[in-house]
Amino acid sequence: MAKYHVTASVNGEPVEFLCAAEQTLLDVLRDELELTGTKEGCATGDCGACSVTVDGTLVCACLMLGTEAEGREIGTIEGMADGDTLHPLQRQFLEDAALQCGVCTPGFLVAAKALLEENPEPTETEARYWLAGNLCRCTGYDKIIRAVMTTAAELRGE
Amino acid sequence: MTSLRYEAPETVEDAVRLLADADGEARALAGGTDLLVQLRTDLVRPGLIVDLKRIPRLMEVSANGAEIRVGAAVSGAVLGKSEAVKAAWPGVVEALELIGSTQIQGRASLGGNLCNGSPAADSVPALIAAGAVCEVAGPGGTREVPVEDVITAPGRLALGPGEIVVSFVMPKPPARSGDAYLRFIPRTEMDIAVVGAGVALTLGEDGVCTHARLGLGAVAPTPLLVEDGAKALIGTKVDDEALAALAAAASAACNPIDDKRGTVEYRVKVAGVLARRAALIALERARSNG
Ligand SMILES: Cc1cc2nc3c(=O)[nH]c(=O)nc-3n(C[C@H](O)[C@H](O)[C@H](O)COP(=O)(O)OP(=O)(O)OC[C@H]3O[C@@H](n4cnc5c(N)ncnc54)[C@H](O)[C@@H]3O)c2cc1C
Ligand code: FES
Ligand code: FES
Repeated sequence: MAKYHVTASVNGEPVEFLCAAEQTLLDVLRDELELTGTKEGCATGDCGACSVTVDGTLVCACLMLGTEAEGREIGTIEGMADGDTLHPLQRQFLEDAALQCGVCTPGFLVAAKALLEENPEPTETEARYWLAGNLCRCTGYDKIIRAVMTTAAELRGE
Repeated sequence: MTSLRYEAPETVEDAVRLLADADGEARALAGGTDLLVQLRTDLVRPGLIVDLKRIPRLMEVSANGAEIRVGAAVSGAVLGKSEAVKAAWPGVVEALELIGSTQIQGRASLGGNLCNGSPAADSVPALIAAGAVCEVAGPGGTREVPVEDVITAPGRLALGPGEIVVSFVMPKPPARSGDAYLRFIPRTEMDIAVVGAGVALTLGEDGVCTHARLGLGAVAPTPLLVEDGAKALIGTKVDDEALAALAAAASAACNPIDDKRGTVEYRVKVAGVLARRAALIALERARSNG
């Protein structure tokens, strides 16, 4: 099978990988780069567990080919904490018990971070709509929304 | 396993050549939000994928005095930030923005929505109402195809081998114009339209409607341009009587299917209701665009 050589950046670090044309970015992250924080829930764009950013835009890694990453900047959950210091969203998710099994959590965190970068002062409705493509089978969403709203206020210095 | 080939050309000419010269099945790739799902579920098995997103003309939005051009692969996230297009055709932007989640918006395009060929594609009735024309490039050169003529049956297009949609061209609307798109789904987000209705209209100085177009989705094997809907509004002040005639024209144009989302009778009725509501929003917008 023909392999493609791709040069990109992941969480600010230059990376190179070989991938087949049918491999998705999600396959590449997990299987080639061993960054398994990004999860596969559905592989069809419905659940958001595979949320990553590409040149700053939130997308589903399961709906993008690995080859498309050429020259792009990819942001994943592994880039969220600063060393041992958790991102405020990560800290708040823990404090508010906004996770149970945790499969949806990386996707929610990446998506919520993108929300707060785009809109530092979301209403609860805006936060719920922004996160409508992230599904959680455990928490019932309320604690997740609460954690996002609390972190938004904290980041605004309130 | 067959060996899939991936190409990311930088010009329209190269993309057309790659698609036209392919031995087996070849597919254009825009945002991939339909195509990758179909690859995954083995609905399509192309030998070649031609990524269109490195071609500048497919990724540009531009406006001049006469027309607005939206590249076929521009994502909802990008179009939603274009003040020029939002001011001219807010209904088209809102229709594209209805597609999927934030993540899907990061990639989904007008060209992909149309060329997937679904009768329920959300942006298509809005583009039809706006009078959008596709600039199509192919091995034989470039031609213009009105949006309503592109989908010929579910999943079937009036595009030949190697032809791609390069951009959507919409007229710059005159003063006192407005458009709107509404869809009905059983939830508030992330679902397929049971009915979609797009309306565009222009008023004269006296408030009489001089131009109107109605596009419908999900009520027939293809999205529809409903000429009788336009006739119901033109020459009226878009009063209750005209709106009732518009609703009747919308319902009469339907040839829907029965499925778990809605019965035939229900879709026919809702098409009229949505056309009327979309017309009221378009009217409001036209009146404030004096
Ligand atoms: C979770 C989820 C939710 C969704 N919700 C909605 C919704 O609410 N409403 C809705 O209408 N759709 C919805 N969709 C479907 C899809 O997102 C849209 O149809 C989208 O607009 C497709 O655009 P794309 O750029 O991703 O297309 P792609 O997947 O890249 O392409 C789709 C098809 O069009 C062809 N193509 C693409 N661009 C061109 C071109 N320029 N010229 C010729 N052929 C081309 C491709 O070969 C392919 O066959 C949803 C999809 C997902 C996964
Ligand atoms: S795994 Fe990508 S959206 Fe579910
Ligand atoms: S915590 Fe289990 S799916 Fe969200």
